[in-house]
Amino acid sequence: MRNLSRLVVIIFCALAAGPILWHLASSLKDAAEVTQIPPAFLPSRPTLENYFELFVRRPFLTYCLNSFIIASLSSLLCVAAASPAAWWLTRSGRRSRAAVSGMLLGLAFFPPIVFVFPLYELVRVLGLINHPWGLIVPYAALNLPLSIWLLTGYFRRIPIELEEAAEMDGLSPLQTFFTIALPLAAPALATATILAFVFSWNEYMLALTFLNADDARTVTVAVATLSGAFVYQIPWGLIAAGVIASSLPLIVLTIFFQEKIVAGLTAGSIQ
Amino acid sequence: MSKKVFWLMPSALLIGAVLLYPALRTFALSFYRVDFRTSFHSEFAGLHNFARLAVDSRFRSSLWTTILFTATTVSIEFVAGLVLALSVDTWARARGAIRTILLIPWTLPTAVIAVLWAWIFNDQYGILDSLLVRSGILAAPISWLGNPGAAFWALIIADAWKTTPFVFVILLAGLQAIPDDLYEAMEIDGGGSWAKFRLITWPFLARFIFVALVFRIIQAFSIFDLVYVMTGGGPGGTTETLSVYAYQTMMRYLDFSYGATLATATVMVLAVVAVALYWLLLGRNEELI
Repeated sequence: MRNLSRLVVIIFCALAAGPILWHLASSLKDAAEVTQIPPAFLPSRPTLENYFELFVRRPFLTYCLNSFIIASLSSLLCVAAASPAAWWLTRSGRRSRAAVSGMLLGLAFFPPIVFVFPLYELVRVLGLINHPWGLIVPYAALNLPLSIWLLTGYFRRIPIELEEAAEMDGLSPLQTFFTIALPLAAPALATATILAFVFSWNEYMLALTFLNADDARTVTVAVATLSGAFVYQIPWGLIAAGVIASSLPLIVLTIFFQEKIVAGLTAGSIQ
Repeated sequence: MSKKVFWLMPSALLIGAVLLYPALRTFALSFYRVDFRTSFHSEFAGLHNFARLAVDSRFRSSLWTTILFTATTVSIEFVAGLVLALSVDTWARARGAIRTILLIPWTLPTAVIAVLWAWIFNDQYGILDSLLVRSGILAAPISWLGNPGAAFWALIIADAWKTTPFVFVILLAGLQAIPDDLYEAMEIDGGGSWAKFRLITWPFLARFIFVALVFRIIQAFSIFDLVYVMTGGGPGGTTETLSVYAYQTMMRYLDFSYGATLATATVMVLAVVAVALYWLLLGRNEELI
C-alpha cells in the first residue's frame, strides 16, 4: 500500500513536470531540430537563440513589465480595499455579515463573460484602452471577493479582548485597525496579495479585449498570439521559449510561497 | 454612519463599478437590440433575443459541449485529486517539495497552458503522438486538434492537468485535519483500511469535497481561455463552449445584445446547476456548511 502510493505520487509529479520540461528542452533547440520528425527529447546543440529572438528582437521584456505593473498594482489595490471591509465585516452583526458574504460569494461565481462587454464600454469611455489602469482596477475588483473572504476568516481569529484593551487604552477604531489588526494579519495579507497577483498575471479575457496595441500587451496575451502572427510556419522554438519565459516568474513564486498559496486556496473550506 | 463609509467605500465602489453594474447592464441588454442593424443604438426588443435563443442550434450545441466538458473534466480531476491526496498524505517527509511540484501547473496562466498543450498535441512535431506511435499504442499519428472527438479530449487533458492540483490541495488539507487518534481507535476495534476510509476519512472529507466540487464545476462551466486559445471552438465549432460563443458574438460579430443574452443564459444555467448541487450534496446533511 505504501509503495503503491509512492508510485502514484511519482507518476503525478512526472505528469506535472513533464510538459514543462519538454518545453524547456524545446526552447533550447535550434530551428532545424525543433521541427525534426520524430522529435528529439533533448537538444543536441543547446542554444539560447529562441530567447534572444524573444527578448532582443521582440518586446517580450515590455510584455513582462506590463504584466508585472498591472499584477502588482492591482493586487495591492485589491488588498488595500479588502482589508478595511473585511475588518468591518468581522466586527459587524451576524446578519449583515451573512448578507454581505453571501453577495460576495454570489458575485465571485459569476462567469467573467458577464462583465466583459459593459466593462469594455466603460474602459473605452474613460479612454483607458491600452492603458494599464484599464486592467488594474477591474482586476482589483475581480479579486476582491476572495480577498475579503480570506481576510475575514483571519481577522475573526484575532481575540476580541485585544480590541477591547486597545479601546481602553484610548485607541480609536482606526488606530486599532492600523496598529493592531493589520500587523497581526500580515500573513493573511501576504496570502491575499500573492493570490491576487497570480490571478491578475494569468488573466486573459479582459487583457485580450482591452489591449490592442502591441506594446501594451500583457505576457499572457503575447504568448497566446505568438503563433497567430505566422501564417506559413509556426515558430515552435520561439513559442516554447515564450511559454517558459512567461511561466518562470510563477514557478519561482510557487517555489517560494507554496505554503501561502495553499493556505489561501484552502481557507474557504476550513473556515 | 460616516464610519461605515470609510470601511466599506473602496470595496463598494470597486464591486459596484466592475461587477455589479456590468452584470446588471448585461442582463438589461438582453432585452434590447444593439447591433450593426440598429447602427449600435439601443432598441427595446422585449423577449426577441430569448426567442432567438430557443431556436439557435449553435446555442444548444455550445450548451451541450459546456455541460459535457464540465462533467468530464470535474469527474477526472476529482478522482485524480482524491487518489493523489490519499497517496501524498501517507508520505509525510517530502510533502512540501511534492506539493510545490504538483501545484505548479495550477499557477500557470490558462492561455499559456493552452499554447503548451497545443504543441504537445501537434501531429507532426508534438511529443504525444511521437510517444504513442513509438510505444505501439497508435499505428499512425492522429491530428488531435483537427479531429472533433480528439479535440474535446485534448481540452479535457489540458484542463485536468491544470486543475487537478487545486482539487488535490483542498482534499489534502481535509485529510490533514482528521485527528490521528480516530484511526488508532478504529485499529483497536479491528477495522481494516476500507472501514477506516468509509467511516472516518470519507465523512470528514465531505465538506472539503463539496468546496472543491462547487469551485471546479463553476469554473469549468465558465471556461473560456483554454478553448479560445487551443481550439478556437473548432474544429467546426465542435468544442465551442457558452463563454466562447458569447465572446465571439459580442466582440467579433459585434452583436452586443445577443452576446449579452448568451452571457445571461450562461448565468441562468449556472444558477440552476448551483441550486441542484446544493440540494444534491447538502440537502440531507445541512451541518456541513
